[in-house]
Amino acid sequence: MLRMPEPDAGVFARRAQIAADLRGMLPAESVIADEHERRVYESDGLTAYRQLPMIVVLPETTAQVSQVLKYCHANNVKIVPRGAGTSLSGGALPLADGITLGLGKFKKVLEIDLPNRCAVVQPGVTNLGVTQAVQHLGFYYAPDPSSQIACTIGGNVAENSGGVHCLKYGTTTNNILGLEMVLMDGEVIRIGGKHLDSELYDLMGVICGSEGLLGVITEVTVRILPRPATARALLIGFPSNESAGDCVAKIIGAGIIPGGMEMMDRPAIHAAEAFVHAGYPLDVEALLIVELDGPKAEVDELIERVRIIGEAAGSVSLRISNSEAERENFWAGRKAAFPAVGRISPDYYCMDGTIPRAALPKVLNRMAELSEKYGLRVANVFHAGDGNLHPLILYDANIPGELERAEDFGADILRLCVDVGGVLTGEHGVGVEKRDLMPAMFSDDDLKHQIRLKCAFDPEQLLNPGKVFPTLHRCAELGRMHIRAGQMPFPDLPRF
Amino acid sequence: MTTDLRPTDASMLRDMVAMLAARKAPAEIIGAGSKRQIGRPTNAEYLLDLSALSGIREYEPNELVMTCGAGTPLWTIESALESNNQQLAFEPMDYGPLLGGPARRGTIGGALSANLSGPRRFKAGAARDHFLGVEAVSGRGETFKAGGKVVKNVTGYDMCKLLAGAWGTLAVMSEITVKVLPAPEETQTLVLHGQTVEQAVAAMTLALQSPHEVSGAAWLPDAGETLLRIEGFPESVKARVAAIRYLLAGQKAEQTLLDAGQSQARWLQVRDVAPIHSPVDRPVWRLSVPPASAPSAWRALLESVAVSGCLDWGGGLIWMATDTSHADGGAETIRSVLAKEGGGHATLIRGGVGLRAGVPVFPPMAAGLMALQTRIKANFDPSGVLNHGRML
Repeated sequence: MLRMPEPDAGVFARRAQIAADLRGMLPAESVIADEHERRVYESDGLTAYRQLPMIVVLPETTAQVSQVLKYCHANNVKIVPRGAGTSLSGGALPLADGITLGLGKFKKVLEIDLPNRCAVVQPGVTNLGVTQAVQHLGFYYAPDPSSQIACTIGGNVAENSGGVHCLKYGTTTNNILGLEMVLMDGEVIRIGGKHLDSELYDLMGVICGSEGLLGVITEVTVRILPRPATARALLIGFPSNESAGDCVAKIIGAGIIPGGMEMMDRPAIHAAEAFVHAGYPLDVEALLIVELDGPKAEVDELIERVRIIGEAAGSVSLRISNSEAERENFWAGRKAAFPAVGRISPDYYCMDGTIPRAALPKVLNRMAELSEKYGLRVANVFHAGDGNLHPLILYDANIPGELERAEDFGADILRLCVDVGGVLTGEHGVGVEKRDLMPAMFSDDDLKHQIRLKCAFDPEQLLNPGKVFPTLHRCAELGRMHIRAGQMPFPDLPRF
Repeated sequence: MTTDLRPTDASMLRDMVAMLAARKAPAEIIGAGSKRQIGRPTNAEYLLDLSALSGIREYEPNELVMTCGAGTPLWTIESALESNNQQLAFEPMDYGPLLGGPARRGTIGGALSANLSGPRRFKAGAARDHFLGVEAVSGRGETFKAGGKVVKNVTGYDMCKLLAGAWGTLAVMSEITVKVLPAPEETQTLVLHGQTVEQAVAAMTLALQSPHEVSGAAWLPDAGETLLRIEGFPESVKARVAAIRYLLAGQKAEQTLLDAGQSQARWLQVRDVAPIHSPVDRPVWRLSVPPASAPSAWRALLESVAVSGCLDWGGGLIWMATDTSHADGGAETIRSVLAKEGGGHATLIRGGVGLRAGVPVFPPMAAGLMALQTRIKANFDPSGVLNHGRML
């Protein structure tokens, strides 16, 4: 288990006073100090980690958020921002000496602006809520993380959430136009608007995916897109992971970017089929779902092209959806893959590395070896189009040592992803979970430059400390220049 | 008199920047030098020339990624992609001719540093949206890398976005990884003739609100053309063109169609804003605005400072040349029009040295936001040696 920064006993001792001060700036019901009520917030989607927050606040306005942050800044109190708490990497894990600031009361869709093809929403609106607010107009919001019923836009911005359609439509960062955010010192800033490209440094670009370490988002302007005219899917079974991977490469190589392209391995197929009875073939090693969306003429043409590619790649079963119901049925098993695995194992641990797709067979083979080594089963679902793997490690937390073994297995998988040229996380974020693996991918200088960005926003590092970065560097120390004068290779800058 | 520094590898680049930092000696950073006339003049002592950090290092068409030296000519990249039926979907514009220089001279590092984009911006994104990984040297003389070589990654801050559009003021890139995408098999352009700015924006808005996946929407008033580009697979293009023609029948504008070859030529003109290339002494401004505010902003500008121009991005991008008689190139008027007409921002793209030294070339911003921007610059380039003052 990872350690969080040592709580500041001085701050914790002032807990009652801090709660009283917060009640002076927020409605009474917005300050939660009672232990029983705080318990609700002790964990997020990474349930293996729990910590009771010192106090929880649920402000209702940007002005209140600003006041709370200003107070915390002046009194050296840490803040953990929280949306719906669905993070799978522990991004909203509380701190014993910190205030968890929930944005759950920011639930309004403020404006729908069709001529500018955008919507202005508060951060507590759910991802699906945005689409629901515009779907009667024929529009939708493209990023669709699988937790979209619950997860909120503010959290999506913090994590740069993706989803099954992001190969074609991009992740959150490609789909937002403007932000209002409160900095740790209480300053309210507005970035972007309803126009494209922000002014000077692209702050929206770095805030998106910053995991709550740079500021608290209080308003988001998202782009909305006309809903594709139609969507159809193919369900293609293969005798090996290699042939499925080959099919994926050939689809992309043929210039086709499907709306979604998902792969499942044998254990995942069996778990899903047993759960939802989607009619998946059980005698295949790998199953691909390829969804084509867009104008009908295009979808029909591409369905045929993909069918030919699939057969040439050695498919052993191939079905094409001929109705909305059939398409949804193809997806039913994939969408239920996580709970399906939850049925065959008391607990599972979901990983999230990205690899160059060509490395897939190598990674899956090595993963099978690791599975034997650790004595734990693993099922794989895979955003095949963009190389984003979700191995699900099956374990039982009630067996002493199994959680630790699952974590070690997971860490080995992520190191493997980095070794083959990939990255630690494709969409779930670093959070607490992958914090200590960051050196597998980044050098000390790489990380210091990231922290320097943090220092420009939050020099006292009061926002969500203990997440993302394995080592806390003080900003004052990072600010110094270390010049090795006299040891330069170009003592007199030569003319070239 | 400037001194030229021309590193031939990443470690030489690091040593040179470390030296500049130690001496607090400012340098101007160039790739091919095709955009040197954009930004505030800097009068740097040194010229850091990255053109030797050139070459495609990894290109896996099926992985949709390419890694290359930051000084690699865009032209080299585009021809490598073309032979695999791929492209840089952000369609980087070429500032060369607009600035009175030759065409096709930029580098990928320059394209990313300026966050270039083209007519496909509203659909496919800008350079920032395709910038996956970087190795760079900050103004501290330290090498760092960020991002990765895969298309989907959220590990650590998205530092590529920070460097995209930073105009070389935070770090000097040595190697970059970009996302590449399939090129369309077929392109056609529907032209509506003789529309006013209001009619053109209304037509473009209708098309962009439809599910027909328009990938370019521009209005060229001098030619009297509203252009709608439809790209993709042949059957699909055919069907969508028919659907859009039907959708816009009520506009009562004459419709004609450009084939693939004609489309390519016309969209290059739009991308590189050919209508305002000359006369070269006129200041040129680039305005990013909410598309629906374009007509009123356009009218207000034409009544005050603008002489000619065009709209791209369905109205979201206004290009215009201003009359040479305005001492500030029209800066104040343009920015107050935008403030009144729905927001957005304006950047001076073409202007003499005196004008660029005298007016804010890049959009001014609120004090708190500006302070934050300045802190970022100070954290990455504390000695102020990298393109210092050009933007920040």
